[in-house]
Amino acid sequence: MNKMPETHYLNCKKGIKSWLTTVDHKRIGILYLLSIMFFFFVGGMFAVLLRLELLTPDKLYIDSDMYNQFFTLHGAIMIFLFIIPAIPAILGNFILPIMIGAKDVAFPRLNLASWYIYMVGALFAVFSLVAGGVDTGWTFYTPYSTTTSTSVISITLGAFILGFSSICTGLNFIVTVHKLRSPGMTWFKMPLFVWGMYATALIQVLAAPVLGITLLLLIIERVVGIGIFDPAMGGDPVLYQHFFWFYSHPAVYIMILPGMAIISEMITAHSHKKIFGYKAIAYSSLGIAFASFIVWGHHMFTSGQSELAAMIFSFLTFFVAIPSGIKVFNWVATLYKGSIAFTTPMLYTLAFLFLFSIGGLTGIFLGALSVDIHLHDTYFIVAHFHYVMVGGTVIAFLGGLHHWWPKMWGRMYNETLAKISCGLIFVGFNMTFFTQFIMGAQGMPRRYHLYDEAFRPFHAFSTYGSWVMAVGFCLMAYYLIRSLYNGKPAGNNPWGALTHEWQITSPPPEHNFETIPITDHGPYDYDKVVAKSTLTEN
Amino acid sequence: MTENTHTNEPHVLPLSIYLGIGSILIFLTAGTVYAAGIDFGAYNLLIAMAIATIKASLVAMYFMHLKYDNKLYLLLFLSAIVFLAIFIVITMFDTLRRGDIYEIKSGAIRDAVIYDSLPADTTTHAIADSLSISTDTTDVVIDTTH
Repeated sequence: MNKMPETHYLNCKKGIKSWLTTVDHKRIGILYLLSIMFFFFVGGMFAVLLRLELLTPDKLYIDSDMYNQFFTLHGAIMIFLFIIPAIPAILGNFILPIMIGAKDVAFPRLNLASWYIYMVGALFAVFSLVAGGVDTGWTFYTPYSTTTSTSVISITLGAFILGFSSICTGLNFIVTVHKLRSPGMTWFKMPLFVWGMYATALIQVLAAPVLGITLLLLIIERVVGIGIFDPAMGGDPVLYQHFFWFYSHPAVYIMILPGMAIISEMITAHSHKKIFGYKAIAYSSLGIAFASFIVWGHHMFTSGQSELAAMIFSFLTFFVAIPSGIKVFNWVATLYKGSIAFTTPMLYTLAFLFLFSIGGLTGIFLGALSVDIHLHDTYFIVAHFHYVMVGGTVIAFLGGLHHWWPKMWGRMYNETLAKISCGLIFVGFNMTFFTQFIMGAQGMPRRYHLYDEAFRPFHAFSTYGSWVMAVGFCLMAYYLIRSLYNGKPAGNNPWGALTHEWQITSPPPEHNFETIPITDHGPYDYDKVVAKSTLTEN
Repeated sequence: MTENTHTNEPHVLPLSIYLGIGSILIFLTAGTVYAAGIDFGAYNLLIAMAIATIKASLVAMYFMHLKYDNKLYLLLFLSAIVFLAIFIVITMFDTLRRGDIYEIKSGAIRDAVIYDSLPADTTTHAIADSLSISTDTTDVVIDTTH
């Protein structure tokens, strides 16, 4: 029978002050976990309420102004407060330093500062919520965002501040990966999770400042009226979209790359198989990071940008499919002849492969200029990005949470309930969003409060799907919280994996390692090294 | 870590280099002012930007010590410039070419009748009469080939 270690990072210091002033990367990861999951809950509530309103073609319980605010807040909270920070700030903070054999990140105080900056940004966002809401959509497009009377300034200021949190985390990871790898851990012995985080960090540092200046320009435009986005004063509203998407398209990869990083870890650990094409996956992360910077205009095909620019962007967009395809094929090839264990993290991995492939392939439809003209601003787009962001990133995040949960808390969750929850989320997700592909292709525009009677069955089915998903999430919250109290001790290495974090106690000690570990084998050398699961050997 | 060859000792340059570079910067500033008074036509912007780029490079290389520092920092600095250039250049594919009309659309626009002012009688029939076309809807054939 496994036992919990007597002292670990959770109980080495006590009291709320020890948490609020901690510079331990693991504790900061937990602080992020609590705050980000809170906002995931808030954003999720808006989603359920939106779907409920769309159950009928006419008004059900909120008016159109309120509806506009609901979808704006759902989008803004989910993007800026949940999905961008989720994986790097929670799992990256907790796992990355241990994975490379370090005692902490390179700048522990900056790490804590980034959490405080996140909370300040979140406060501004919450303030805009109580101060009348925002109804511009999460993209804050001009000219509407410069003229609406809702709280645009506070929420954009919030997103501006959150950008700094993102930059601090990214900078910290870049320096940590360069400087703190343990002896023997060469670049190509790094776990692919670290490669993914590194590529993400590069995008964060390069792209987030552009978001900062864009939102600052928007605020100055609103307050002082400098006219940079106002045609009457020689400005250009489409220029705002260039600025915005130059950050926000790479931001899509800030969201998906960490998800891909998690999948690389889970697929090997739960099939006990050496990853197929290590270097191809590592380089494709950097390839995606670079390609993400040259495709932003595919969000603007119908904005009035020049046809020349639209053609160039359409052409460039297809390049993103290459590194993404490389990854998917390599993951599938990794499974071949592996000893696959259908644990909860593996189920999430398989769900990811299925859903992300649909999301990615429909992205190719939309990257084609002529098809996009038809599908632009329909539910097809909504379905596409939810398949990538939820089917890809959120599913990978949930998988990662289940994969490293025993390491974070030292206890196992109830596997049966976890599998049921995973199934409910998978089925509910497809009910909700596959329906939206169909109605989008038939012409149902996005962001409409009232709609044609012909779309009622689709909307109703989509809403039922959202309820199935919500039940899955509630079940997950139940068994994860319950596991903290009476989950059985997981032991050091419940999955029999090879990376450094599984060689130390669960939960880890305060400083991770008593002596800096030597990396003498690759992270996925399952053909050379045998690691037994601490769950099955008891 | 074997890759860390950079030492933390400050790199000190002789004063003469600072003064020399400073003089060149002042000279180039005078050059910018002088060039602004001459009309080079389409090259005005190019010349001003070229001088500014040389000045910025000198500042980065000598005053910011990039010339003597670990080349990784030079790479980072240059990559930031590359990304800025990507942003500006691709955005200009839009802003400079917006409203351009390509062959596929130009036929319809070329054949269209453009009035300097509307005819006195602006009813559909009067306009149709002036163009000698029938207003009988059964005769209208919409040409969708272009």
